[in-house]
Amino acid sequence: MNTQLLKKMLSLEFIQQPAGKPKNDDLQFQIRQLKNSNAKVPVFYVGAGTCGLGAGADKMMQHLSSYLNEMQIEAKIVEVGCIGLCSDEPLLDIQLPGKTRLIFRKVTADNVISIVEKVLQHKIPLENLLGQHASQELEPWENIPYLQEHPFFAPQKRWVLKNCGLIDPTSIEEYMAHGGYRALARTLQTMTPTEVCDEVEKSGLRGRGGGGFPTGRKWKFALNTPAEQKYMICNADEGDPGAFMDRAIIEGDPHRVLEGLMIAGYAIGASKAYVYIRAEYPLAIARLNKAIEQVRDLGLLGENILDSGFNFDIIIKKGAGAFVCGEETALIHSIEGKRGMPRPRPPYPAVNGLFQKPSVINNVETLANIPEIIGQGAEAFAQIGTEKSKGTKVFALSGKIQRTGLVEIPMGTSLRELVFTIGGGVSDGRQFKAVQIGGPSGGCIPEQHLDIPIDYESLKAVGAMMGSGGLVVVDDKTCMVDLAKFFMDFIQRESCGKCIPCREGTRQMLEILNIITRGRRSEHGYDALERMKSIMYLERLAEVIKDTSLCGLGQSAPNPVLSTLRWFRDEYDAHIYERQCTAGVCAELITFEIDSEKCKGCTLCALKCPTQAIYGDRKMPHYIVKEKCIGCGTCVEVCNFDAIIVK
Amino acid sequence: MFTLEVNGRKIEARNGETILDVLNRAGVKVPTLCHMKELFPSGACRVCSVEVEGFNTLIPSCAYPAQEGMVIKTNSPRVIKARKTIIELLLANHVQDCLYCVRNGDCELQELAAVYGVRERRFPAEPEKRPIDVSSPSIIRDQNKCILCGKCVRTCEEIMGVSAIDFVHRGSKTIIAPAFEAKLNVSSCINCGQCVLVCPTGALRERSYLKEVTDALQNPNKFVVVQHAPAVSVTISEEFGLKPGKDVDRLLVNALRRLGFDRVFDTAFSADLTIMEEASELVERLQNGSQIPMMTSCSPGWIKYVEQFYPEFIPNISTCKSPQQMLGAVIKNIFAKEQGIAPENIFSVAIMPCTAKKFEAERPEFSANGYADIDAVLTTRELARLIRMYGIEFDSLEPQEPDSPFGTRTTAGKLFGGTGGVMEAALRTVYYMITGKEPQDLVFEEVRGLKGVREARVKIGDIELGVAVANGIKNAKALLEQIKAGRNDLHFIEVMTCPGGCIGGGGQPFNTDQNRVRARLQALYQIDQNEPLRASHQNPLVNELYEKYLERPLSHQSHKLLHTNYAERDVLV
Amino acid sequence: MQKSKKRQQIFQKVKDAKREQLIPLLQEIQETEGYISPDAVKELGQVLKIPASKIYGVATFYNQFRFKPIGKFHIQVCRGTACHVRGSANVMQTLEQEFNLKPGETTRDGLFSLEVVACLGACGLAPVVSINGEFHANMSGPKLVKLLRKLQRKETQKN
Repeated sequence: MNTQLLKKMLSLEFIQQPAGKPKNDDLQFQIRQLKNSNAKVPVFYVGAGTCGLGAGADKMMQHLSSYLNEMQIEAKIVEVGCIGLCSDEPLLDIQLPGKTRLIFRKVTADNVISIVEKVLQHKIPLENLLGQHASQELEPWENIPYLQEHPFFAPQKRWVLKNCGLIDPTSIEEYMAHGGYRALARTLQTMTPTEVCDEVEKSGLRGRGGGGFPTGRKWKFALNTPAEQKYMICNADEGDPGAFMDRAIIEGDPHRVLEGLMIAGYAIGASKAYVYIRAEYPLAIARLNKAIEQVRDLGLLGENILDSGFNFDIIIKKGAGAFVCGEETALIHSIEGKRGMPRPRPPYPAVNGLFQKPSVINNVETLANIPEIIGQGAEAFAQIGTEKSKGTKVFALSGKIQRTGLVEIPMGTSLRELVFTIGGGVSDGRQFKAVQIGGPSGGCIPEQHLDIPIDYESLKAVGAMMGSGGLVVVDDKTCMVDLAKFFMDFIQRESCGKCIPCREGTRQMLEILNIITRGRRSEHGYDALERMKSIMYLERLAEVIKDTSLCGLGQSAPNPVLSTLRWFRDEYDAHIYERQCTAGVCAELITFEIDSEKCKGCTLCALKCPTQAIYGDRKMPHYIVKEKCIGCGTCVEVCNFDAIIVK
Repeated sequence: MFTLEVNGRKIEARNGETILDVLNRAGVKVPTLCHMKELFPSGACRVCSVEVEGFNTLIPSCAYPAQEGMVIKTNSPRVIKARKTIIELLLANHVQDCLYCVRNGDCELQELAAVYGVRERRFPAEPEKRPIDVSSPSIIRDQNKCILCGKCVRTCEEIMGVSAIDFVHRGSKTIIAPAFEAKLNVSSCINCGQCVLVCPTGALRERSYLKEVTDALQNPNKFVVVQHAPAVSVTISEEFGLKPGKDVDRLLVNALRRLGFDRVFDTAFSADLTIMEEASELVERLQNGSQIPMMTSCSPGWIKYVEQFYPEFIPNISTCKSPQQMLGAVIKNIFAKEQGIAPENIFSVAIMPCTAKKFEAERPEFSANGYADIDAVLTTRELARLIRMYGIEFDSLEPQEPDSPFGTRTTAGKLFGGTGGVMEAALRTVYYMITGKEPQDLVFEEVRGLKGVREARVKIGDIELGVAVANGIKNAKALLEQIKAGRNDLHFIEVMTCPGGCIGGGGQPFNTDQNRVRARLQALYQIDQNEPLRASHQNPLVNELYEKYLERPLSHQSHKLLHTNYAERDVLV
Repeated sequence: MQKSKKRQQIFQKVKDAKREQLIPLLQEIQETEGYISPDAVKELGQVLKIPASKIYGVATFYNQFRFKPIGKFHIQVCRGTACHVRGSANVMQTLEQEFNLKPGETTRDGLFSLEVVACLGACGLAPVVSINGEFHANMSGPKLVKLLRKLQRKETQKN
């Protein structure tokens, strides 16, 4: 680490010089070097986030490096985070000397060498190419589209994800070469805590963890509570199943989060911070640890940072797996070494939080917004987005969608654009049914509301919520009752068990959904009556749970059921009255038949059937005995002739 | 002071009060299941929810501070519906055997169900079936009736400092259990029964020995003897609707006779005997300078606590058996011989305010030749149940005198029933033993009261004794830690496991709270004030016992009958 | 006894033992020993001065902690939303059918243990299964069975 250079980059003199008119050429040259802009050898950037590695990036990298060795090609391999296009992983960027970076998709151990060979010969394999990165310093490739024009990237506004997938997350130099820690240096050397809070309040930033409380105001509560010790807490306990924004941000750009955390600490007067991160994210934890080590070495952690009199330290706490710990008071209990059960508020954490001291809890994305807000100014931030929801929002796109991954869009973008332009629409040529947004606390939004702008209020109006940014697309093969059941099952397992409405209420709601989806094979006349009756209680229960639960988890627990009931009542009715699951998901409600025209009598289904419900002679059409069938669907899976009819 | 509006009525509120405080003062009844006075609100049960204008959700009145200008509704349809649904949810996951339940008619959940008109079982999920823990000689835990209000957990931790149990697992799988879901008998539970006292349902109850007792009463070959503890006569009246703090000692004697006991003795007699032994032991220890401070041994929960958590203090505990066990030993040995009854034909019953006494009676060192010194222990509550079962109208009873020879007591022995009582009784006798004179003032004001720990410096002749009284194990623990850290100015420490001492014991009537405990303590002080015999060494029958059989305190014979020893216990603490 | 020694090393790293250290210490014990034993709870209680019931209460609250030894191959099946709509329930069903393996259990040969996790955060690659920490993307029942059979064969060859 070139400490001297980095310290120079933190000096007032350097950070206050007007942009675009660099004075110090030597320094600028060194900075370009840190950015690999003037590299004399090819540079390979491998997308090595958890998702990239899961898709095979490490094997691809091994092949690449042994190939380079073998061929004695001098080159540099850089592991970067995730640029967001998970469905095209593994991703490989290649930057030849002086030329812009090219980005390739689906680069595996099998094809990496052929791709690299071609690129080194300036023959671009277009079938794997996504595009080239724009750069002011490097010469562009001709006739190669820019990545920003790609439908996945074009509508995005990358503010928080700016560096993700581009820089080496383990290098503080690269982060700083891209402007990192300048906001912190400016804050510590030129601003008072009140000014920082004011600036953040003026920007209109609202908490990105779900609630949407104005961040600046939260900070001010803590700033204005006198105490000897205060705490900053970064909530990276991303428990929402279907969300991975925080993981990707930390894996791809950990320093941005740390910088935001430090600025926040300065703003509220905290000298100690905790990062509460899921233990399921080992790579993110490693990146964070490394980043903390680097800032400590540079003197940005410790005592009297940059001679400002500000002391700060950061401690990592690994969450042990409890969704409810996303709730502030539960998270505090967990850090304190207790069961993560929420407590009644007031007192609010900003007044009486961790170890009974004033504490502010911000989510990862919220904090990652801070360096840019301070760096570019509150106005620049406030210009993006809608009137009440400023800035951008990161979403994790997943489910039945063409392009899955991580995207950052300006608030106010329509859901339709997000799903159909950025995400490329529903996968496998199927029919769009709904988006599930906000996870277990959120709701489903049907086709007819896809044009609403994405902001806190509009989403609430259709019965969903912003949540932390998980967005799961479901198609016509997804049963909405089953989806509601999935969330109810999740919530009743993840409920802390403390308050009665949440603990007992969600258990009963789940049982009602179970009854609705339970099959006729095992039904008595009495059950049918019970089923009809219990549906009446779903709504009553939902109302009481929302009205009386202790914490946000409980108060929002009925949302998935309420929103599916609101928009997909016909599916519930079909389950209850017609005893049909039109999506063909609820195993006990579907029947299987064998199409005698298509069946070739291969006997595979009969062999695999766990209950020996399929009979038939070899090379003759088979048939299914309904009484023995348990509806597991194995036959559908194994049939090579598409001969099983699902009803 | 400020005002707020409740159900259209203006009400004054004080700064720092919760909404519940204000409502309670204003006579507006709001149900609670998890609320514990003096402790930080847990906010778990939500039945105290009220509607406050301007809030999106209902507000738990126990946890929310009253604020100026609040407009509160405690009985709007929304509130009533929420409360009723919550109660229905609890009942839906509750074993449906109210008629068979020990708390039938005295259950907070049942009462709420009645008040809110729960008339049908609406929700489909069946109650989870969980095994009943019957391993403990004192307490039975029935998870099927547990509503997870958490009062037992908080009592065990925040008041007793034992933490034998905690919440285990999460969500709808949550239960309350000892570590590794072990049984209570192998846990660090000290059997004090404070959890039973706070449990709103029948999930925690004492192990009942009523059957053993009624069987013995019906058995013509059994000579059934009963003793009742000093704290019982000032509390049992509450079971029959009398106001707290009424002493019914002589009525109790009559009731016990009507139940069919052959002899009715008073444990306060053996409390006097205990004081003779314990005071002598203290004097001896002071002379030898060994194992000071000495600590009292009459509270069995405390004994188990030390054996588990602080075995290094075992030598400090007085070797005296508790009054229950002293009388038990005297009955089966001396009384039996005197009456010419074979000890195995005597069935010795103790009426105690305590669940830990059941455990104590089963300790192996308290039996000889194959029979236990005490055959059955009943709590105050069980006795009341027996009286009702036998159709005895308590208010129509005439006072009667207890039986000789173990029915005569001094007020010192009676004081054993409350915190500080053993100390006061001991000091009176120690003073006499050291100086040969009675102290000028028999009342040691500094050791009286209900404060967690009370200390005094007492001048006796040439020496000054440092004494301390602790009630509630958590307070005793603080003292032990001080001593461990080097504190050495204390000579004698009285510890009673339960807050308030035996009058607040785990076997006492439900609804035991600070006000009731205070009234009961006052009743003991009143007895002490009214009677002439106020020091144990003045008890003529105790002195006669020494003359006839035991020679003197700490004699060989006394040691054999009246003293015991303790050992470290290996449990997962 | 070696276990206890290792444990002491873990405890020694914590200078002033506070309640705050409870979860990190439990995590470290599980990492070295594979699960949380009554013995470990006892020792931990002595170090931190926390009652065993409290430690057990805390440990059972969180998904991460186990109280029985795990298999040689620890399988984590992600049950996040994206994995659910893409068929992770099927993966679980197959495991039960083929290996008689249920969540929280270990196969009798001690080879495989199964844990259901809320979300591994790799929703873009759903359904995801992790085996001893290594991620496998776009899983299906048959694919997983193939993978596990391969591991099984390798193990039998070794012996």
